[in-house]
Amino acid sequence: MKIMVNGEPREVPDGTSVAEAVASVTAAGSGVAAALNDEVVRRSAWDDTPLRESDRLEVLTAVQGG
Amino acid sequence: MGTGGAPSMRVLREALTASGTELTTVAMRRVDPSARGSVLDVLKECGIRVLPNTAGCFTAGEAVLTAKLAREALGTSWVKLEVIADEHTLLPDPIELAEAAEQLVDDGFTVLPYTSDDPVLARRLEQIGCAAVMPLGSPIGSGLGIRNPHNIELIVERAGVPVILDAGLGTASDAALAMELGCDAVLLATAVTRAQSPARMAAAMRHAVEAGRLARTAGRIPRRRLAQASSPFEGLATGG
Repeated sequence: MKIMVNGEPREVPDGTSVAEAVASVTAAGSGVAAALNDEVVRRSAWDDTPLRESDRLEVLTAVQGG
Repeated sequence: MGTGGAPSMRVLREALTASGTELTTVAMRRVDPSARGSVLDVLKECGIRVLPNTAGCFTAGEAVLTAKLAREALGTSWVKLEVIADEHTLLPDPIELAEAAEQLVDDGFTVLPYTSDDPVLARRLEQIGCAAVMPLGSPIGSGLGIRNPHNIELIVERAGVPVILDAGLGTASDAALAMELGCDAVLLATAVTRAQSPARMAAAMRHAVEAGRLARTAGRIPRRRLAQASSPFEGLATGG
């Protein structure tokens, strides 16, 4: 199925979880948050949240700014 | 002190240390898989608390989502709320700002809004439940200093929450003036991170904030139209 991760299209297997999609863009163990279709997914729920066709996942972290 | 604009992590670390700050801003952005080193590692090493901001957001919706992501990523419910109107001035959009502040306060955030120097808007943000108000001195990164000291004084006089002068400071005297006007703190980044010697400017800012605060609490003399002699006229040798 096709999803968007940080604005980039990706082809992933059916049943891919938020945790797996996040792991594909960062190995950071902390300081990272994810939003699925504009809703925050708590880290504790990443493993149990499956992605669906056309989902938009945003994976953010802190950078220099402000 | 904020973290924006530093040319390297090493320079940032030196400047943050020299500034004496205990709290620093970071922005939230998409992870860059090629990034080397994290600003969070620097802050952890320095023992400085992190204050996420919503820089770059143009709507209340964007700002609220960014704040929630920051809370999840960084484990803090404090947020510097920024909702800007356009990329040219980076001035706050007052309507979107108030809307975002209301939603975040309702959601349990400690909201520190970057706002214009409008005393009415500052009052409204306090009434909404913001923990502080952070009026700009002048546009972000402009270094123009405090363009409307009168408005800052009005905000300070009426505020029941801390007032933090945010944005536009160019050099140490600007920071001192902010404190002399009665602000509780200043928040700055560009003036330090883009100075020729960031660590030296950071130290200057630290001293300026302390000097300005001391001057404020010492009570300045009233301004007078004419001179007032500081030496007595009595007993002057007249030569006669």
